[in-house]
Amino acid sequence: MAGLGLYTFVYAQGYSYFSNDPNACANCHIMREHLESWQKSSHHARAVCNDCHTPHALAPKFLTKAENGWNHSVKFTLHTFSDPIRIRASNAERLQANCIRCHQDLVEDMKALSCVRCHAGVGHGPRR
Amino acid sequence: MKPSRWSYIALSAAVALVTLLLTLLLINISERKQEGRQAYLELARLTEDTVDPLEWAKNFPRQYDGYKRTVDTQRTRYGGSDAFSRLDQDPRLKRIFAGHAFALDYREERGHAYSLKDQDETERTKQRPQPGSCLHCHASVIPAYRKLGGGDVMKGFELLCPMPFAEARKLVTHPVVCVDCHDPATMAIRVTRPGFINGIKALKKGQGVDNYDPNTMATRQEMRSFVCAQCHVEYYFAGDKKLVTYPWAKGLKVEEIEAYYDEVKFSDWVHAETGAGVLKAQHPEFELWSQGMHSRSGVACADCHMPYLRQGAVKISDHWVRSPLLNTERACLTCHPFPAEEMKARAEAIQERNAALLARAEDALVALIDDLKAARAAGVPQQKLEAALKLQRRAQFRADFINAENSMGFHAPQEAARILAEAIDFARQGQLAVMRGR
Repeated sequence: MAGLGLYTFVYAQGYSYFSNDPNACANCHIMREHLESWQKSSHHARAVCNDCHTPHALAPKFLTKAENGWNHSVKFTLHTFSDPIRIRASNAERLQANCIRCHQDLVEDMKALSCVRCHAGVGHGPRR
Repeated sequence: MKPSRWSYIALSAAVALVTLLLTLLLINISERKQEGRQAYLELARLTEDTVDPLEWAKNFPRQYDGYKRTVDTQRTRYGGSDAFSRLDQDPRLKRIFAGHAFALDYREERGHAYSLKDQDETERTKQRPQPGSCLHCHASVIPAYRKLGGGDVMKGFELLCPMPFAEARKLVTHPVVCVDCHDPATMAIRVTRPGFINGIKALKKGQGVDNYDPNTMATRQEMRSFVCAQCHVEYYFAGDKKLVTYPWAKGLKVEEIEAYYDEVKFSDWVHAETGAGVLKAQHPEFELWSQGMHSRSGVACADCHMPYLRQGAVKISDHWVRSPLLNTERACLTCHPFPAEEMKARAEAIQERNAALLARAEDALVALIDDLKAARAAGVPQQKLEAALKLQRRAQFRADFINAENSMGFHAPQEAARILAEAIDFARQGQLAVMRGR
């Protein structure tokens, strides 16, 4: 059983999820367009997926990865997600925090607004 | 304490269960990886003469699956794919179309898979002699054109159109199918219909582009609308040869199409109650869409009517072509970051307003028909009614343009409202003209 578990883990490239490699996010195929469009986006030279989508302290980062990893694998395996996929509220908060983390000086007075509401294409897009 | 026998059994069962689940997971991952490679297996050799979609299904089972679902019957508030009678739903249409085959039988269209069957069954074909022209869009007709024209599709088209429907019908076997939009060698979308190829050439010529050929000159995104515009357009059967012709030489707007018809002196029929030479609009989806915001923003027909669909790790365009109101999440939310219910409510609000305007336009048109009929009965000579009869033609074509168009105004809401406002105005002006003539 342990052998089978280990094999499945390796076969599914489970170890890649501990990395910062953007390719890991497209392992399960769903986010392939997001990955491809990120490669052409303005942010790709400075930020990978994790820079925007996970917190930066070690423990919160891996908690976020674990939470989303679990949700994504259950939903993808059972095919119960809605299409097109949408960011959840808790993840949107983390995303917003990361916009501010880098752009602090510029956005001091407009933190109440959601950055990506207007700057929808800076990370990845198009939406289709 | 020594562990009991039962705890061993429970442990073994748990290990077996976890192993089973792990195996299922492994198989699932493996399947997804296979799909992710998007390997397509050429099991059937497809040619330009392969009209049977079952052959294409061997290579493209997922797309075929969607295509086949076009047999499903679904209703939206104003349309859908259920063949309900438009005449029963709106009795004004019997008056408006008096003398035309549409007054005999006018039903809502069903899905692509029914396009030929519906043509066989309509009373318009059964009670009135129709030419082979109908098959231009109701059948997968290109191989028949090619055969008839000795290899030349255009020549075959010109030979098949004037044939009696029953005779031409024997030359075709399938409704609209894969080969009508896809190149069998490359799967690229392409246009095949002579009516569209001639029509778009005339339209582009009017815009200063000579010898326009969509298959080599259009962008891929344009082609994702052009394949639909092969049939979802306004057309007429020109001349004795009954050639399917798209009246686009002056442009795609309703008054430009009308000016074209005026110039070639074409009327679809003479109104039975008034004697006016009037026009029957067909289903000008492409024309109305081209005046709307979605078109201007570069959104193609296929974006909303065949949105992308995920099946496992595979992404395909949904070949179950249908109303976006029945598939709002995929159709709208790809671009609009709002809940599906909100998008549906927006679309239906547009349609509701358009339906109210359309009802007023039809009321006005029927009122004009009533006045003309009464004037004729009272013996007012025809030449004194000429102005009013012309206004009936104007009002009729505009109201019908929006009624026959399959989006209840959604494809271009402001343009639809403008057209209906003109329809109401022309009909009421027509009533005034009758009064002046008496």
